[in-house]
Amino acid sequence: MSSATQIPPGALPEGAQQGHHEAHHPNLLHHFNSMEQQFEASHMGMWLFLLTEIMFFGGALGAYTIYRAMYPAAFEDTSRYMDIYLGTLNTAVLIGSSLTMALAVRAAQVGSRSGTVNMLIATIILGTAFLVVKGFEYHHKWVEHHVPGPNFIYEGPFARQAEMLFCFYFALTGLHAVHMVIGVVLLSWLLYKARQGAYSPAYYTPIEMSGLYWHFVDLVWIFLFPLLYLIGPNSLVVGGGH
Amino acid sequence: MESTTHHVVPTRNYVTIFLILMVLTATTVAVTFVDLGPLNLIIALAIAVTKATLVVLFFMHVKYSSALTKLFIISALIMCGILVLLTGADYISRNWLPQPEQWEANQ
Repeated sequence: MSSATQIPPGALPEGAQQGHHEAHHPNLLHHFNSMEQQFEASHMGMWLFLLTEIMFFGGALGAYTIYRAMYPAAFEDTSRYMDIYLGTLNTAVLIGSSLTMALAVRAAQVGSRSGTVNMLIATIILGTAFLVVKGFEYHHKWVEHHVPGPNFIYEGPFARQAEMLFCFYFALTGLHAVHMVIGVVLLSWLLYKARQGAYSPAYYTPIEMSGLYWHFVDLVWIFLFPLLYLIGPNSLVVGGGH
Repeated sequence: MESTTHHVVPTRNYVTIFLILMVLTATTVAVTFVDLGPLNLIIALAIAVTKATLVVLFFMHVKYSSALTKLFIISALIMCGILVLLTGADYISRNWLPQPEQWEANQ
């Protein structure tokens, strides 16, 4: 941008001038008029991406809706194998991570480097905790023969139809988990840059955009939780997940 | 176009929203232990939509965003609605018309 590259004589046409330009924020790209405009463009772009994600999960949930409408009894029956307590814990953890993410964005907005770093660390820890709990749940499902496929065994009526619910369970939570892993990687990169002081009230766009992504992943879980864990009326007898 | 660049939300607001979300989560879990028949699903979805709205408006700053952002989101939800609605209509209307059994040779 402000580098003084030497242009060989004769390379420019007659009368051409090498222009200088006004001093500007180092993070402002040249095709934008102002930081404001650049931020708005990034904001719009991120939302556009999130809309495609809404269609992505929307389609998957639409398929779930069809099958649940077709086999309501089978789907309800599977809820006794879902660990409602781990699911609730994970929901609380994820919503907590959304809080810390929002606070990270806020810290960047007010120029607090330590606040940004600490809140990003908190978000990463909570996100990782969610994934660890998910790992335990997947392991339980594997051990109980509830992973769809040749080893699937189901004690209850309508085993084939119940297997559909488990297909949706792994597809939906698996996709969600992949998004979480991507999010954790993104946040780790942000943490690295934040510790170097790359963000300020004048430029915190990457944190805001990653925040939008992270909140969206939380949104998806807010819908997955009742649809996968809270299908049937649960009894207080803990039979799920063990 | 109002931007989100300059709008700093107080920490207290974020924490309040978080606490409301926790209460709603506890409610939706508690309701599961009561058999209300078809109402269970309706209540669960209503609570989920409320939680989602809170996250979108406050954590994602949409409350302080431009009308264009809000339009984007609403249009995505409409598109999603069309997807689910018409797919459902397809399934629901199967077997409404008589199926041909077999071919008959012309005489």
